This record gives sequence, C-alpha cells and structure tokens, in this order.
Amino acid sequence: MKISESFVLALQNIRASKARAFLTMLGIIIGITAVMVIVGIGNGMEGYMRSMFQGLGTNTLTITMTGSGSSRELSVDDIQAIVDKNSSLFTALSPTVSMRGTVKVGSESLSSTSTTGVGEQYTTIKGYDLEQGRNINYVDIVARNRVCVVGNYIDDIWFSGRSVGQTLRIAGDKFTIVGVLDQQEDEMDEGGSDDMLLIPYSTAARLSGQGKPSSYTVMLADEDQTDFASDLLEQELYELLRSENAYRVSSMSAVLDTMTEMIGVVITVLAVIAGISLVVGGVGIMNIMLVSVTERTREIGIRKALGAKERYILSQFVIEAAVISALGGIIGIVMGFGLSSVATVAISTLLEVEMAVTPTIQSILIAFGGSAAIGIVFGYLPARKAALLNPIDALRYD
Amino acid sequence: MDQQKAPPLIEFRKVCKTYHMGDTVVRAADHIDLSIYEGEFVAIVGKSGSGKSTCMNIIGCLDVPTSGDYLLAGRNVGEMNKNELAEFRNEKLGFIFQQYNLLPKLSVLDNVAVPLMYAGKNRRERREIALHALDSVGLADKTRNLPSQLSGGQQQRVSIARALANNPSVILADEPTGALDSRTGREVLDLLRSLHAAGNTVVLITHDNSIAATAERVIRLEDGRVTFDGPADSPASGVHKEEVVGQ
Repeated sequence: MKISESFVLALQNIRASKARAFLTMLGIIIGITAVMVIVGIGNGMEGYMRSMFQGLGTNTLTITMTGSGSSRELSVDDIQAIVDKNSSLFTALSPTVSMRGTVKVGSESLSSTSTTGVGEQYTTIKGYDLEQGRNINYVDIVARNRVCVVGNYIDDIWFSGRSVGQTLRIAGDKFTIVGVLDQQEDEMDEGGSDDMLLIPYSTAARLSGQGKPSSYTVMLADEDQTDFASDLLEQELYELLRSENAYRVSSMSAVLDTMTEMIGVVITVLAVIAGISLVVGGVGIMNIMLVSVTERTREIGIRKALGAKERYILSQFVIEAAVISALGGIIGIVMGFGLSSVATVAISTLLEVEMAVTPTIQSILIAFGGSAAIGIVFGYLPARKAALLNPIDALRYD
Repeated sequence: MDQQKAPPLIEFRKVCKTYHMGDTVVRAADHIDLSIYEGEFVAIVGKSGSGKSTCMNIIGCLDVPTSGDYLLAGRNVGEMNKNELAEFRNEKLGFIFQQYNLLPKLSVLDNVAVPLMYAGKNRRERREIALHALDSVGLADKTRNLPSQLSGGQQQRVSIARALANNPSVILADEPTGALDSRTGREVLDLLRSLHAAGNTVVLITHDNSIAATAERVIRLEDGRVTFDGPADSPASGVHKEEVVGQ
C-alpha cells in the first residue's frame, strides 16, 4: 500500500467529519496566525525604525563633548584637523549647537519650531537640498552673521513661499532668511522635520553663551566602516583630551542595531508564547485522535481482518493527524496574511504611522512545517494505540 | 474421495488454545485435529462456548494456537509474525461476519475495494475487480450507495463481494445469517452454496443446526473438542433432526 493511499484515507475521514476536524484545527489555526502576525509586526517595527533612522542618518557619527574629565576644551579646528587627517574615512563635518529661545514671525510665536546652529556642510550630511536661496556659508560662520535657512513648513505657512529676504526673530534677535530647504516629509506638520531653522553654529554658540560647540556630526565615506571610524575617533579624541569621560562618540547605526536587537528579543519572546498555543493545539489533536481511535476500534478491527498491517494503520492515523494539523497550518497562514493586512491598515489609521506588518517567508515555512510536525508528533501516540489493537477484540468492540 | 489425496488446505494438528480469565484457565480448543480440503463446504457447529469462535479466529489467522500446529495452504501459521499474518489474511481469506462489518463512511464499491488496497492493487484495478465482485452478488447498481442505504441482506451481499474480491483460498463465514430474517438468510446461504459450486472452499461457523445443514460436511464442537466430523446427511450429524424440530 502506498503512502498516497493513506492521504486519500485521511482526507476521506476529515471530509466525513468536517466540523470536528475544523474544531480540532482551531488551536493550530490560532497559534499559526498569532505567530505570523507577531513576527510580521516585529518585521514591520524593524523596517519602520530602520527607515526612521535612515532619515536621521546611519552614515554619521556624533561626537558629544561632555565638558568633564579634562581641563582642555576642543575647538572646531581640533575636530576639523582629525577629520582632515582621515579624509578617506570622513567626508564632512558640522558642529551642531541647539538653541532654545522662541522663534517669532512678526508678533506670532512659533512654539514648536526647532533651531539648530550648524556648519556649512550640515545640509550635505543630512542630505537636505535647497529649494530657494542659498545655504549657510563659511563667511556667515566666521562673521557670525544673523542669517538662517528655514524648513519648507515655515516658508509655506508663515511666508506663503516667499520667505527669502524676510526676517524673523530668534530669542529676540533678528535673523534674515537666506534659503529654504526642500520638503522632507510627505505631509508637513507643526513640529515635524520641516518645522525648523538652521543658523550658523558660531552665531548660535554666541547667542546661547555656550562658547564652543558641544556636539559634532561627522559623515562617513562608507557606512560599513562605522565601528572602525568610531574607534579611530575615540582614539584621536583621547590623545587630545586624555580622559575617556570628556567625550562620547555615538552612531545612529549602533543605536539602530541595539534597537533592532531589542525588538528581536521581544518578538521572539512573544512568538514563543504564541507558539505555546501550537503545543496546546497539538494536545487537542492528540485528544481528538485518541477519541477517534476508540470510536473507530471496529473499523480498525475490520481493516486488520482484511489484511491491514500495523504500519498501514499507524500511517493512516498519523497522516490523518498530520493532514488535520497541516490544513490548520494553511488556514492559519491565510488568516495570518489577512490579519497582517488588517493590522497594517489599523496601525496606519490609528497611529498615523506607516508600518507594514509583513510576515517573513521563514516564519511561514516554520509555521507550516511546525504544524505538520505537531500533527505527526501528537498523532503518533493515538496511531500507535490503533495499530497495536488486537483484531479479535477490535472486531467485537461495540 | 480423490480430492482427499491432495494435501489439506486447512489442517489442525492437536491445536490447543487456552485463555486465562483471572485465576481460571479456559481451554477453548482442546487438542483439535481436523483437515479441510480445497473445494469443501464445511460447517463448524457448536453451542456458545464450544470453542467454535476460537476455531474461526485461528482458521482466520486472527489468532494463533497456544500449542499444536495450524497449517493453511501448507504454511504453519503459528510461526508467523503479525505482519505475515496480516498479509496471509489478505491473500488467503475472505471474511463474512454476522454484523456485515462494512465501513459505514465508505461507498459499497470502496468497501469491496478495501482488501484490494491492502493487496497493493492500484485504483483502476481495484475498481474493476470490485465492480466484478459486486456484479457477481447482484449489486452492480448499488456501487455508489453507502452501506446504511442498503437492507441487511444487501449489506451481507456486499460483505460477500468483499470476501470474494481478493480471490481467497478460503471463505470464512461467521454466523452470516445471524442478523437476517429467515428469507434473506436463505438467500445468503444460497449464495454461499453457489460460491461452493463454483469451486470455492467455504467454512461456515454457526450455532444453528438448520444453517449447518446447508453444508456438505459438519464438524461439531463441544467444550473445545470435536464430537462429530462427517457428512451433513449422516444421521449422526444431528443437524437434520433439529432442523425438523426447529420448524
């Protein structure tokens, strides 16, 4: 007897009791769906974070001066020297000075607008393009000019797209708008990345009384060399400052890696918890198969009398359990896809976040293989019970 | 009796079967010797507890003797393992049961095809042979029905078709009329007789003397021993007398 015959027998039996088969599958269906959606959400979260971080620049390093541990304070020129010395690694440098202070256009306050003091290479590092006017240049920095480049939101909302040459006030000081950046986000919002001002860092440092910039952004020639470049920067800074506490070098890609790893752990834990329901589903299959073997004792006796060997009975019941389980797996996969699409829509409408819940191919394959394996494992015990039945007793069973 | 010169198809040599029921030992078959030859129609008759079910289980290769030898078609069944027994049942025996024992969820055709499936025949062969077997019991028009849609007599004919399907050496009928009214029972017995007439070896197991009288030869069992073995029309067989009384 071929194995395909066992499949035919299994399908005949499942068709003969559809409702029971479906209820038996339910545990597997729920388990597989849950695992798929959870893995899909994890996948979506990772993708979402990656895209967010890419916006922030994973090809950059940030140097932060803590101002403690060393008597020496580094100037922009010191950092520039390090960058110039390793020009094959670093392609651009910009000090960044964040400014507090209300931005005012006329008499209106722009409470959520962020103001950053930057170098002339900042737009290059960030990948910003100018829509109108000019960028902040070297002369602005040396002369501490009170000029600014504005985000598209400010240009659009406050100056109706004609902001170049106009003025606004930052913490009471008047600044002339010299350029407008391209739109960054699909939809510009208050407080978003288009609601910002860039001013020369020297001007920002003076106005905020900080003296020397406390943080720098360095652009890397090659994203893959983040770790190496980071080590090299730390080494150079240590040479100058002689204290590990005086500076901190961080990279977005390192942060992203850490975050991805954390999400991975959380998702794995959740998937394992969901996976427990697969085991519960497996026990459900075993339970029903045991009942089924008892119910079909007479059938087993008849089949044995007619010449079925133990292994035929065994494979008939194991395959029946595996088919039930695998069918549950397939339904679960279909439902997993359905629910993932629903979740994607729900997340984007409720949270206004573009996060696609995408189940991975691996998770689907593991889910399907796992469900079939559960059927085989949990179907084996009842099948063995069936196979070992004594045909005489089985034939007499009522 | 030139047929008896050939080796017997079924041969019991001092077959014993004992069961342990708690502390007591039940001797269901006690040194039974018997030979059944190809082409015979034998009734094994006895009351409940006489050991006829034990005999039928042993003849049917569902059970093996505790001691003694059982030879079917020249092979010692007692030495076979479970797999070989299953194969041998499939190949050599056609069972007809009192309760028909059809599989309720399978169509009549599929029921008849079950032993053919275990014999390794492919779908087309199974269909062909099963159709032919059903035709021979006059049920060619019921192939797609479920057993529950047939009358008792028809169901028993399906089970006869199933017993015939794999062309067995022995047709073993265990109280084949037990669940039927006397008229359909008679039809089933006629069918068995015609199978015998066509050259099949038929072993009929029954407690009912009037049914045993259908056979050519009667083997009477009492308390696990053979008390009579001879032609059914012999006065000592005891089957005719009781038939008259029964009617």
